[in-house]
Amino acid sequence: MNKSIITVVGKDAVGIIAKVCTYLAENNVNILDISQTIVQEYFNMMMIVDMSSVEKNFEVIANELSEIGLNIGVQVKCQREEIFDKMHRI
Amino acid sequence: MINIYEVLETNKMIEHENLDVRTITMGINLLDCADTDLDTVCDKIYNKITRYAKDLVKTGDDISKEFGIPIVNKRVSITPISLVGGAACKSPKDYVKIAHTLDKAAKEVGINFLGGYSAIVSKGMTKSDELLIRSIPQALAETERICSSVNVGSTKTGINMDAVRLMGEIILQTAESTKEKDSFGCAKLVVLCNAPDDNPFMAGAFHGVSEADAIINVGVSGPGVVKYALEQIRGASFEVLCETIKRTAFKITRVGQLVAQEASHRLGVPFGIIDLSLAPTPAIGDSVAEILQEIGLERAGAPGTTAALALLNDQVKKGGVMASSYVGGLSGAFIPVSEDQGMIDAVECGALTIEKLEAMTCVCSVGLDMIAIPGETPATTISGIIADEAAIGMINQKTTAVRIIPVIGKNVGDTVEFGGLLGHAPVMPVNSFDCSMFVNRKGRIPAPIHSFKN
Repeated sequence: MNKSIITVVGKDAVGIIAKVCTYLAENNVNILDISQTIVQEYFNMMMIVDMSSVEKNFEVIANELSEIGLNIGVQVKCQREEIFDKMHRI
Repeated sequence: MINIYEVLETNKMIEHENLDVRTITMGINLLDCADTDLDTVCDKIYNKITRYAKDLVKTGDDISKEFGIPIVNKRVSITPISLVGGAACKSPKDYVKIAHTLDKAAKEVGINFLGGYSAIVSKGMTKSDELLIRSIPQALAETERICSSVNVGSTKTGINMDAVRLMGEIILQTAESTKEKDSFGCAKLVVLCNAPDDNPFMAGAFHGVSEADAIINVGVSGPGVVKYALEQIRGASFEVLCETIKRTAFKITRVGQLVAQEASHRLGVPFGIIDLSLAPTPAIGDSVAEILQEIGLERAGAPGTTAALALLNDQVKKGGVMASSYVGGLSGAFIPVSEDQGMIDAVECGALTIEKLEAMTCVCSVGLDMIAIPGETPATTISGIIADEAAIGMINQKTTAVRIIPVIGKNVGDTVEFGGLLGHAPVMPVNSFDCSMFVNRKGRIPAPIHSFKN
């Protein structure tokens, strides 16, 4: 398992999840968990994904996701899970 | 499993509170590059550095992208060059040639600083040490990325006052040789007492002789994150205050530990230490002085500053030590003046003086750092300042340092602009009473007694 965390932050709009998920499906990224919340009218979504069957390298995926985000006016980040795990778990 | 609030907290630290990994520093042993022929030494040094560090910058950038955390600097520290060049260098000019080689190697691998143009002279100076020290003004004027340090004392050996006297002159000469750039050379030169072998931070980084052939050391930062955490608990008791700093330091250090392990693994170089320092930058909200203000001082320098800083420094260590398997380097809060907007403001409004900064250095890491003083300051006065700092380090068994910049042609009231991470600094007044009779005595101050502590 090669877990990463994708976060989407921005103003709520129609089709944000659809666009991101379509891209993930096309690239063989398996979604393990999705959670979302609205904080001060801002849309916050987090996905835990498995990237072990992805062909493109990590940087390309991260850049393309960020570009998709730009096109729909939200910030999309893709980071490896360890940074969160290390920081918040002993 | 990680939840959304934890993820958002981490990303907020990175995006809004200036959390970053300040440096990945690769320590490289150059003792095997020694030779009696200068050209051979230069070739060996160039080849070894470019071979070991060729993937350092790319690896740092890759890790930064994958984890989404900025890694600001990628650097190299080397064996103190006076140990490597001793057999080949017959004059200061010979050492300058090595400095050019190091600068070329640094540019080739793409790092922004290379530390270790250094000499360890805490008890005595060899001929080779002295030649290197005398080459510093020219070496720093003619190179771009080389940092130099000289260790003039330690708790075990006492203080080498001959070296202290010489360094006062060398700092002034370095200021003179780089006067077109506001004496910028002095920003790359630090005089230390009890210098650690594994410090990843410039300008004092070098790869000590107690270290392995190559090692990865990582310096973490994050004053902004601590400040933000303290904003949330304004007015709370000391217990809550300390607990909050500790928790925050733990989180910051864990990120450093992760980056260090990852870099060590990818580069195939053993992991050395995490230096858990609060290193400020001139960016707004990335200031140690602002943390002190948040703790309850109107300005850094107000009465209570030393106590607040002692508390901060200790809690950072307590939180950080549990987060990493190996802690080393300087580890503590840095208080450079020019690199910290809150410190600059405190100096400009008259709250902070060199004397208060000296008191602060008794309880936090390092010492009088990035302080601009008038260019007319006599060399003996600079030596006196160095001796005072070294004495604090020697007696208290801690690292202390002096990185002061006598700005040629400028006086109290003027400002100096260094740019980038080094920031800008108001020229600070120095006590004008003379100490030359003291400094001009020959020899050294004996090592202190380690009992009867009061």
